[in-house]
Amino acid sequence: MRRFADLHLRPSIEDRDQVERMISKSSELGYQMIAISLPPNITQTKISRLQEICSDVNLDLVTRVDFSPKTSKELLHYLRRLRRRFEIISVFCDSKSVARQAAKDRRVDLLTFPATKIYKRFFDHAEAELASNALSALEIEMAPLIFLRGSPRIRLISRLRKESAVAEKVGVPVVLSSGATDEYLMRGPREYAALAGLFDMDSRVALRTLSEIPHSLVARNRGKLSPGYVAPGIRVVREGDCCRRA
Amino acid sequence: MLPKGVRRRYLALKLVSDSSVSREDLMNAIWDAIIQLFGEYGASQTNLSLIRYNHEKDYAIVRCSHKALEMVKASIASITEINGKPAAVHIKRVSGTLKALFKKSQL
Repeated sequence: MRRFADLHLRPSIEDRDQVERMISKSSELGYQMIAISLPPNITQTKISRLQEICSDVNLDLVTRVDFSPKTSKELLHYLRRLRRRFEIISVFCDSKSVARQAAKDRRVDLLTFPATKIYKRFFDHAEAELASNALSALEIEMAPLIFLRGSPRIRLISRLRKESAVAEKVGVPVVLSSGATDEYLMRGPREYAALAGLFDMDSRVALRTLSEIPHSLVARNRGKLSPGYVAPGIRVVREGDCCRRA
Repeated sequence: MLPKGVRRRYLALKLVSDSSVSREDLMNAIWDAIIQLFGEYGASQTNLSLIRYNHEKDYAIVRCSHKALEMVKASIASITEINGKPAAVHIKRVSGTLKALFKKSQL
């Protein structure tokens, strides 16, 4: 049985009622894992409170932070400061230099592009090659597909069709996420898979982008953030006197 | 046994809205969503009809052609308002027969 994940919920963190409603709605829609966009300066107490709310409805909470840096220098500064505090790092690429830097940096997990400014979606073949080498994934938010109407939605669908084809060709993982700001924009995983058909994504591939891919991304990062992690393939198994040479 | 050309799918829908919604409002919203996404030509291929609507429990059952199932699912998922009020329609279950739909979705 598939375990579904929605890696992008965007409730207002200050509005506790809305956060609770969206978390319980996620559970009702069949998700087992969710990620909520958190402010970079959030305290551990608030995170623990969110984790409690999620565990009450059998959901696994993933901590996520979204950056929208103006320059690549600013991006590097954020990454140095915050990489080890959050399980998922998403970069909103608003310029080409930021997009290229984010795609080649292994500390970035998700690349997000503006939904309405199509000319600022820099996910082309070169970007995909960089992202593929750095194991970054392309994030496609589904909320704009739901709330946009007319020509903005037509342009977005057309662009997403090209981007998903490039991602598939180059081997960049794609993650579908809701990007919902309230519960009316939230949909179940199979509904998102049907919507992904609009940009010619096969429903089985779409279901993988909502289950296996996000789970493996989170598992990899949790491994890296665990205290015993040293480097890829190396981790501390045991410590103490028994391990020292005589 | 029906020939393959007229195979159908039944969808159990759950309606989420703060205001009351009539069956006409619901069907208008679904038709509008289909026409916006796939146009009138696409809508003509769906053979969509409302089979049951329960106002108290906020659920509905619609029938469509099996070939147009993905179109109908995508359109229903794109509904954000009914009668100008915020709303969402969730697809709870899809089945080939009404009997199986009732059994699986426990309506």
